Amino acid sequence: MDPIIKTEKLTHVYGAGTPFEHTAIDGIDFEAERGEFIGIIGHTGSGKSTFIQHLNGLIKPTSGRVLLDGHDIFETKERTRETRFRVGLVFQYPEYQLFEETVYKDISFGPKNMKLSEREIDERVREAAGFAGLSEDTFEKSPFDLSGGQKRRTAIAGVMAMRPEVLIFDEPTAGLDPSGCKELMTNIMNYREKTGTTIIMVSHSMEDVARTADRLLVFKNAHIVMQGSPSDVFSHVAELKTMGLTVPRVTLVALRLRELGLPIPKDIYTVEHLKNAIVQLREEGYHA
Amino acid sequence: MDSIIKTESLTYAYRSVEDEHPRVVLQGLDLEIERGTFVAILGHNGSGKSTLAKHFNGILLPLGGKVYVEGIDTSVEETMLEVRKRVGMVFQNPDNQLVANVVEEDVAFAPENLGYPPEEIRMRVDDALRIVGMYDMREHAPHLLSGGQKQRVAIAGVLAMSPKCVVFDEPTAMLDPQGRQDVIRTIRQLRDEMNVTVVLITHHMEETIHADRVVVMSDGKIVVDGPPKKVFPNVEYMREQGLDVPETVDILYELDKCGFHYRLDALSVDECAREILTAFTGAGA
Repeated sequence: MDPIIKTEKLTHVYGAGTPFEHTAIDGIDFEAERGEFIGIIGHTGSGKSTFIQHLNGLIKPTSGRVLLDGHDIFETKERTRETRFRVGLVFQYPEYQLFEETVYKDISFGPKNMKLSEREIDERVREAAGFAGLSEDTFEKSPFDLSGGQKRRTAIAGVMAMRPEVLIFDEPTAGLDPSGCKELMTNIMNYREKTGTTIIMVSHSMEDVARTADRLLVFKNAHIVMQGSPSDVFSHVAELKTMGLTVPRVTLVALRLRELGLPIPKDIYTVEHLKNAIVQLREEGYHA
Repeated sequence: MDSIIKTESLTYAYRSVEDEHPRVVLQGLDLEIERGTFVAILGHNGSGKSTLAKHFNGILLPLGGKVYVEGIDTSVEETMLEVRKRVGMVFQNPDNQLVANVVEEDVAFAPENLGYPPEEIRMRVDDALRIVGMYDMREHAPHLLSGGQKQRVAIAGVLAMSPKCVVFDEPTAMLDPQGRQDVIRTIRQLRDEMNVTVVLITHHMEETIHADRVVVMSDGKIVVDGPPKKVFPNVEYMREQGLDVPETVDILYELDKCGFHYRLDALSVDECAREILTAFTGAGA
């Protein structure tokens, strides 16, 4: 199957020709399948944010291309504009971008710009609010009177209401309390399951991406230096550490258990996995 | 208790323009923080943690009750500077806390304003930068640093005042894993090596496992208060509070439900692994 979104030798240089010249991403080749859930990890300044901002045409590559469904998104102005609706981007702390008088108006801003009918807009607003976990009794409230978590949900619903084919999140759970994180991650998983949307998520939470992503990309100094399933990637503990990253704590527990002589698999990265491995050892009657 | 910070029936409410009724955030809260300890404050979003923290150095003043810093009432304007010198604060977003174009000038901001002589400012700045491990980058421009480095410069800026207590309000929320580790290491160092009292507000449970004490807030009140090894084994209760437990406790809890008999207070990776192992060695099996 053709990838929904693809980059070819994508390169971006900030401040070219100035003393501050800095290559943020350097020759990135990337493909996402339809419906895939991709996690992106990497240290601050590794190029993650620059990369994702290319995917919906917010910034133009210095060289290289971004292809959406096989077409260069910068081919024509219309193509670029259309890309903004088809590839949704939820920034870090998106609640700072709320601006309308009511939650309903804020969520409907995107669909309105798509020149949809009132009825279609209404349908999308309600659907998106549902996906984002926002109840309809907030619709007439000012977004500024909501709690932090609800504000973030409003901002996310605003992007979902455009029914993008690719939805990109930059650190969606930063600053939320643990139950807020869990609920939001569950909402995103359900949304993906019901709509088949391709999800790309940048995160500093190894636990979050370990549980959700089909594939992880590791960015370091403007390059993708590692990719694979969470179990592949998190089996490279030492390398990840040198890149300023970590593995989920439960992976460290599993490693320590192996050091202590317990024969459990190498590719453990969620609590569920480790639990199953330990229960299985007991069933096999293992004794150290 | 030799307390450095003490609140007595502390009450606070925010007033919004539209609402007639102010939103009560702290409801008669009593808390004492012992000198030289590392206290973590947990609580769901909106539980009142940050509001409480902002009372510790007089950014907010009580609507009811009192806050004392080494016996100084924070609501007395004449002694406010004494309170601010004793308790420093570090916030979530490092970009909002840096003011100068050069790292060392940023760190010098507070001692300059406190009117110390130049030699002493130099000494304080150098000491503070060494503690946070940013001395070698003292001539860099702050905006070119990583998030974790910026945050450590912000910490140095607070340390340059030689505070007795530093309050951290979600200092790692915007940092990558390395930055997070560096900041947490620095925080532990303040307490362990410099005897600075540390108050840490966080949503990351694993950052609190080295704390002396964990205080859990809910709806403006303290609902749990104890050492981490006593607090985290109450897995269900912590989750009801909108919180979580470190993954080390979570795995033991899940296995306990499957019929393994484990202690749930093994917080570190090593403790946790050793606890799991007990089921497969000797009589434990």
